[in-house]
Amino acid sequence: MIFDAEVFQITVLSLQISALATGLSLFIGLPFGTLLALGKFPLRSFLLSMVNTGMGLPPVVVGLFVAMMLWRSGPLGDLKLIYTPTAIIIAQVIISFPVVTGLTAAALQALDPRLRLQLYGLGASRGQMIWMLWREARLPLLAALMAGFGSVISEVGASMMVGGNIRYQTRVLTTAIVLETGKGHFDIAIALGILLLIITFLVNWALTWIQQRGARQ
Amino acid sequence: MKRSTLLFTLLTALSILLSACGGVTSAEEAAPVPPVNPTLILATTTSTQDSGLLDVLVPMFQEQTGYTVQTIAVGTGAALKMAEEGNADVLLVHAPAAEKELMDAGFCKDRMLIMHNDFIIVGPAADPAGIQDNTVAANALALIASSESAFVSRGDDSGTHKKELSIWKGTSHEPNTDKPAWYIESGQGMGATLTIASEKAAYTLTDRATYLANKENLDLEILVEGDAVLLNVYHVMTVNPEKWPKTNYDGATAFAKFMTHEDTQAVIAEFGVAEYGQPLFFPDADKTDADLGLE
Repeated sequence: MIFDAEVFQITVLSLQISALATGLSLFIGLPFGTLLALGKFPLRSFLLSMVNTGMGLPPVVVGLFVAMMLWRSGPLGDLKLIYTPTAIIIAQVIISFPVVTGLTAAALQALDPRLRLQLYGLGASRGQMIWMLWREARLPLLAALMAGFGSVISEVGASMMVGGNIRYQTRVLTTAIVLETGKGHFDIAIALGILLLIITFLVNWALTWIQQRGARQ
Repeated sequence: MKRSTLLFTLLTALSILLSACGGVTSAEEAAPVPPVNPTLILATTTSTQDSGLLDVLVPMFQEQTGYTVQTIAVGTGAALKMAEEGNADVLLVHAPAAEKELMDAGFCKDRMLIMHNDFIIVGPAADPAGIQDNTVAANALALIASSESAFVSRGDDSGTHKKELSIWKGTSHEPNTDKPAWYIESGQGMGATLTIASEKAAYTLTDRATYLANKENLDLEILVEGDAVLLNVYHVMTVNPEKWPKTNYDGATAFAKFMTHEDTQAVIAEFGVAEYGQPLFFPDADKTDADLGLE
């Protein structure tokens, strides 16, 4: 079954789901992480601890929680999202959002605090200052993005629970590997595993290329 | 590339990815006449999926009726739980006693006999407990227990696990409550449990279909087979719409009708013959529970 249309469809779906989930995590995590790193408000360190704990959320627990919400018997059952790619994306955002947020906060806090004072001194507006800080911290920020992507493309527990591993609908590379292992097709399972590694490598290679281009300049 | 354009480039790349994700489409063509409520959730056991039977039957059903089936392969315990909470429309399961409880409690409306295969006790060829050719499954388990030979239990509330526990009841041993060291609970699906049994040179109870599918990776032989208690009977059950109005009862009925149809039954009888030289399931739609000794 390797390199046929079905494997291609599974691979594309895996990439779409995880890329979208990572993109959404970045969209929420970058501003939130920035707020946690630079803001001064009560509960800031408490929230930061929560986010850092969330970096270690077991995917299967996230999957169970999201499934309980989305099942017909759950509070959001009427949305009919369970066993759809959307359900997997929701779970994966919950998994990768703390990773992106926590690493964003760490990256910005590692910057020299005098840089902020200097930018203010030069008359930068708040928005300009944040933009400059993001630029300054782009290397660790891209690393945060890669970590977020890595945490979702490789997880199986949540995808299995909320996606259901349905053929042609929600079967992704990791759940297909579990299925083929259960069937005793170890050769196919290993081939799919290698495929997953190659894809993860290509994505990270592209991101690293962008990152290192930035570093040289 | 200018430094200032780095993040912009990144965000552009992301937005292209996002827009590419607009349509996550099925690889299959739309069926001829889509029913009013086309999505049907089928909760079933890992054995029907791992054997490949559903990969044959589900596309046939979808083609004939226009329903889109969401097959959720879990242990029978989880499948029954899904019916009890209205999270599935139709079940294909193999735990008759637990099924009846669900019927009596009114969570399911219809229950139809579909097919059977059988359980077998497999173990290392050396057979340290000497159970080979024992025709009574309970006696074989008693021999394993008294010789304290390693035995791997599913331990996951699946249909196979329930069957194993019911056979232990016919012996004087209660390893699932006593938890002796030789009684290993894997908590995993049948395929994984067979691998563990093979690696530990242990005995285990398995359905024939999963064993045959995994045979070439295993150092396990069929040691006990043919006892009437080892029959593994599958029923289709529809979730009761009076309990759970959101369930797709029309779809569930259509699936039950499809599974009991003679053409489908013929497909079941032929399934696996080409690959394993013997059928993996035996169609039973024309029989009653009493014929299989279930009443």
